[in-house]
Amino acid sequence: MKAAPFEYARAADVDEACAWLAADDGARLIAGGQTLVPMMAMRLARPTRLIDINRIAALSYIRQETHQDQDGIAIGATTRQCAVERDALAAAKVPLLARAIPNIGHAATRARGTIGGSLANADPAAEISLIAVTLDATLSYRAGGKTTDIPARGFHVGAMVTSLPEGACLTAVRFPVWQGRIGTGFHEVNARSSDFAFVSAAAQIELGADNKCKRIVIGVGAATDHPIRLESAERQLAGGALDPKAVRAAVEAALTDIEALDDLHATAAYRRRVAAVLAARAVADAFADAQGKKVQGNANAH
Amino acid sequence: MRIELNVNGTVHEIEVEPRTTLLDCLRDRLDLKGAHAGCEHGVCGACTVLFDGAAVRSCLMFAAQATGSAITTIEGVTPGPGELSPIQDAFCETHGLQCGYCTPAMIMAAHALLAGNPAPTREEIVEAISGNICRCTGYAQIVEAIALAAERMRGVNRPRSLTE
Repeated sequence: MKAAPFEYARAADVDEACAWLAADDGARLIAGGQTLVPMMAMRLARPTRLIDINRIAALSYIRQETHQDQDGIAIGATTRQCAVERDALAAAKVPLLARAIPNIGHAATRARGTIGGSLANADPAAEISLIAVTLDATLSYRAGGKTTDIPARGFHVGAMVTSLPEGACLTAVRFPVWQGRIGTGFHEVNARSSDFAFVSAAAQIELGADNKCKRIVIGVGAATDHPIRLESAERQLAGGALDPKAVRAAVEAALTDIEALDDLHATAAYRRRVAAVLAARAVADAFADAQGKKVQGNANAH
Repeated sequence: MRIELNVNGTVHEIEVEPRTTLLDCLRDRLDLKGAHAGCEHGVCGACTVLFDGAAVRSCLMFAAQATGSAITTIEGVTPGPGELSPIQDAFCETHGLQCGYCTPAMIMAAHALLAGNPAPTREEIVEAISGNICRCTGYAQIVEAIALAAERMRGVNRPRSLTE
């Protein structure tokens, strides 16, 4: 379990990292390394050069930003997952992210693992990717001395595959902040607490004064090779009273045509069924949360 | 490549290959055998050390990445030669170890927890060691050891009337 030989270099800034990346086809960026290093140990990844972006101070921050009249929380790509977990501003403004983060790996991997690294790694079960897709986050990357913004939806195109161009470095993710009576819900099922999710689901809603649903987003992760939104269910449920039966029927219908992953751990039929259960639970939690009721959170199925 | 490594308060200059993990560097170059090599791919937690105060897996980073940071291993937690830290003491007293393979890492995880949270709940203790696998004890005495250590550390330098 030793990595193949490689060269190591610490980049002083993002443009230097991008230039080195563009100059060498075998080069890879390393952020937290909590997936890349084991992949290298197992020789599933054999980069010729590792470009370390951990010490670029400009990539590590959590701050409030307003973009085209939309309030957001911007998080730098190499911000540690544990830093977001402990951050009061992120928890208050993006409560769905705060609900999901404790489910990522263990305390010792969250101490090194980064927000941007998880997004760029694009594991189908990654919680941060699911939340970014569910909330319509915006990603920023740098390539060739230019910064480009792209929507999180569409960024993940398959298992461990993203639309990030060659030679680009993800620099930040911006989560929109919702105003009003907001509620959130997050659930996942895995073999052991903090292990890879077989299925995960996230929901965020805004309630009107009449307790009707003004706005709703529902996302499902790990069931397919990249996180998805249950758009047809969102359209059906928006404006309604979120009756549990209607919610269940809407998410089930939205999940009938997905290409569910099928492997040793869970069959496609299992994933589809559990996705409907967890999505309905996430919506129910979000509904209760928006009304100020206490929510259990991720009640694992074991 | 030549790196500088600050381990347990001492700065070492070492020549390493870039692919040398922090774990292998600690064990093979600095002869600090307390961090154990279990799975070597981040699953078992036996290699846990403190990296700028946070518990991390030393097999999941390269030694070259550690330049500029402070590393603490199990060898660095004792107050003096032949002495044990309160957490080590508590592990001995409650039989929080059997074969000992996971023990240094469990103790490092406990150190990281108690440094930030002097009065953890049982759930917080379980969460803090959830990334560390033990195949002997069944974890019950490990949780007990950390709770006992926490209780004692809270009582240090405080009058008895306040701790009871």
